[in-house]
Amino acid sequence: MITLKPDFCDIEPLDGHLLSTDDYASSEARWCSGCGAHTILHSVQKLCSDEQLPPEKTVFVSGIGCSSRFPHYMKTYGFHGLHGRAFPVASGVKFRRPDLNVFVITGDGDCCSIGAGHWVHAIRYNMKMVVLLFDNSIYGLTKKQTSPTSPIGTVSNTHPTGSVLPPINPIQATLGLPNVSFVAQTVDWKLAHLEATLKKAFDHPGLAFVRIVQRCPVWMRDTYEPTVKDPNAITVLHHDEGIVLGEDALKKFRHVKDHDPADIVKAREVAELVKTTTPIGLFYQNKNASRYDEYGAHNLGISVEDRIDAINSHMDKYAI
Amino acid sequence: MSTSSETINSATSTIKRDKIKEAVIEIVSDSGEGAQKCGQSLGTISAKMGNGVWTVEIIPAEIRPPARSKAGASGIRVRMGSNKITNMGDHADMVVALNEQVLYGRIDQNAYKPGTYLLIENKWATHTEETKVAYEQSLLKFKELGYIIHEIPMEKECLKYVSDARKGKNMWVLGLLCNVYDRDLTIAAEQVKSIFSKKSDEVIQSNLDLLHAGYKWANENLSMHFTIPSKPSEGEYVVMNGNEAVSLGVMAAGIELCSMYPITPATSASHALAETIESAGGIIHQAEDEIAAIGFAIGASYAGKTAVTITSGPGIALKTEFIGLAVMAEIPLVIIDVQRGGPSTGLPTKVEQGDLLSVLYGAAGDAPKIILAPATIEECFHYVILARKLAESFRSPVFVLTNANLATGVQPFPRPNIKSAWFSDPIDQSKWKEGVKAYDWDPQTGLSKRPIPGQKGGMYTLTGLAHDEESHVAYDPAINQRAAESRSRKLAALKQTLKEPIINGDQSGDLLLVGWGSTKGAIEEAVERAREKGAKVSSLHIHFMSPMEPGLKPIFDKFKKVMTVEINYSDTIGNPLITKENRRYAQLAWYLRAETLTDIDCFSNVYGQPLSPIKILQMLEKTLDLNLIE
Repeated sequence: MITLKPDFCDIEPLDGHLLSTDDYASSEARWCSGCGAHTILHSVQKLCSDEQLPPEKTVFVSGIGCSSRFPHYMKTYGFHGLHGRAFPVASGVKFRRPDLNVFVITGDGDCCSIGAGHWVHAIRYNMKMVVLLFDNSIYGLTKKQTSPTSPIGTVSNTHPTGSVLPPINPIQATLGLPNVSFVAQTVDWKLAHLEATLKKAFDHPGLAFVRIVQRCPVWMRDTYEPTVKDPNAITVLHHDEGIVLGEDALKKFRHVKDHDPADIVKAREVAELVKTTTPIGLFYQNKNASRYDEYGAHNLGISVEDRIDAINSHMDKYAI
Repeated sequence: MSTSSETINSATSTIKRDKIKEAVIEIVSDSGEGAQKCGQSLGTISAKMGNGVWTVEIIPAEIRPPARSKAGASGIRVRMGSNKITNMGDHADMVVALNEQVLYGRIDQNAYKPGTYLLIENKWATHTEETKVAYEQSLLKFKELGYIIHEIPMEKECLKYVSDARKGKNMWVLGLLCNVYDRDLTIAAEQVKSIFSKKSDEVIQSNLDLLHAGYKWANENLSMHFTIPSKPSEGEYVVMNGNEAVSLGVMAAGIELCSMYPITPATSASHALAETIESAGGIIHQAEDEIAAIGFAIGASYAGKTAVTITSGPGIALKTEFIGLAVMAEIPLVIIDVQRGGPSTGLPTKVEQGDLLSVLYGAAGDAPKIILAPATIEECFHYVILARKLAESFRSPVFVLTNANLATGVQPFPRPNIKSAWFSDPIDQSKWKEGVKAYDWDPQTGLSKRPIPGQKGGMYTLTGLAHDEESHVAYDPAINQRAAESRSRKLAALKQTLKEPIINGDQSGDLLLVGWGSTKGAIEEAVERAREKGAKVSSLHIHFMSPMEPGLKPIFDKFKKVMTVEINYSDTIGNPLITKENRRYAQLAWYLRAETLTDIDCFSNVYGQPLSPIKILQMLEKTLDLNLIE
């Protein structure tokens, strides 16, 4: 069978049928009704279908939490592991298997609290993978405890009179790390922006860190409803090298700010805007940052004979 | 240099030498003076000459402890003999001390006996007034204790060749010891060249000069000269320490990833790997922490690559959550635990066998896993290969428990002939067979095949949650029971393939000693010495800790008393508070009591030192009420 790719440039034979979003769907998602994760799931399935990712060559790695159930709902390979530990596992997968498409699904507690050490180092390793931080600013699976990104004053089961610490800004924190190469932010309820962000992240040659501001209709309804309803609440970052939206989609945003994603100093300033608005778009991209997975892949496929020779010549040093 | 060494060699031929069966030599110094390099070289030279060798490092806890202090003793013990040597031996026959203060710690540890030769650097006799007094008092004390003292002008002699004697004494001492013990000077020179192979020709030459100078000085100035005949060894041999053996085992197992975080005493295994693993098809990943180190290895293993993580007790504590996940999700993984003294950060550089129960039981819930314990340096090599095979066959984490004594001890063993069969089988990437589930547990054995990312049709989501055969989160109440049975049954299946342990000595008697890990040589030597004196004592050594080796109960029943010998803590009856009811047993004793319902006693201590045959003999004297020590 011969088919055309959507851009009508290349003609390539396919040994199977074109994979639709349904081909990436596994069991029915068990998130609450109205949870932002549903939208993200469908957008990711759309990305997989658009890119025609072979399901067997695609791995979703997660930690623990509402978001981290994600791999169970994908008909690909998945790894639903330990709280906060998605990054080391995903890194281990990618390090010696560069042929696999690796996605990390993590939540605000998983990434920015218990897994914060790994988060910092994953950014530094900069292996090619897409990281989706589902940030609903609350611990949902364990029924409403304060998260590291909860706004100050958030009432929760652990802070009934309101949380006392200022929240971590994951964008700002990531932008402060060495070897950072892609930082974007989007929201679960602006589908066109979410999808364009996922596509841009997937095309990035290193680690693409995407924070998705995500609604939690059960525990954080009061926090998110105003943002969802208020057209002034979001500022979209605009640039030819950034997340490019169609004119119709762009028209839906009242606040548009020009931002060149090559400028890390400006990116850090824009990340500060979070105090007054929710900036969405591509904050920073550097396609040339060094990648640890390139180091990890450099000696794959050495023949057994050559390996034995290497061991033997090493053993000669101990010979008597 | 060849001319001068010939001259010296011809000179030595006129020396009268006492033929001895074996010798225990210690070199003790302040940290950074190269005593260990000196001792390891002496061991290697002796192994190359066909002698049996065992070395034990004497390591202070700090990188740079105060100079000339009791706590600062850094050094090495070398035991070498005509026959195979399996342990560190009892008392030292000869000690070279770069200052006299460092000896006090060793004397406290009962390392010397009346008649031990102490060769002491004598520059302290002319040092500051305070040092001079301390030096003289020490010498008096040592004489009272019956040691034979020789004052040696090490620094003075070394300064003839180098400007900094601290950087030269070790090779000068090596030369001296080569003369005293009749070591082949050509082999010694080769060894020196090999140590400094990465340094300039100038450095190599000055160290060779020092070696020859030490040799010549001993020839002219010392009266004691020995020779230790060796048997020409059949076949090729290698000599290395346990961590080096582990590193070679990792490569010979075809392991493609070593993911680690630095921790004493495990780290040097990754140093040894760093030199060669990349040309042997593998790579080292130094993770951001212990947790990430194992997570990274698990990720790689999940994706079909062979992986190992190397650590020590505190690292195991941090890795425990991931170990539980590997058991639950049935991920093959080799975990090497180079045990050190505990609990907590404990004794980083010192020996203990304290992690057995923590690796056996330390996990959330019931986490059956495979645990191996090599007893020799040679086994450190082969057990990694075995562990990898078992990990893959049984879809399980497999522990290899070595310890600080094996890690740093140097011993010769027959050179392994690396076989491609030792390498992990390449992962089958063909299409997954229709209908086969990710955890298609065999009802008899609990074993199942494992789909790998890349394999069409095998897609599944691994989870640490209770899951069914398809890896779906379990909502069926019966599935957790069935899954737990399957994971446990794998151990039973493996146990079916194991042989009963071999008894060293008679098949029945008054006492059976049971050991595991690095104590094997000391236990067997003590048993042999006791048996020569008529004691009805035998020993057996366990290598498979989980599943436990079969057939133990019938063996135990043939002995009046069974006791374990271990380097970990246990209460002893006789302490005012300790009764049979509240006594805490050593780890293997505890485990074997549960396993065999036998009243098993234990002998254990945690001095941070390898067990010596004499300590075990002293215990045997008491236990059997016999006179066993001359």
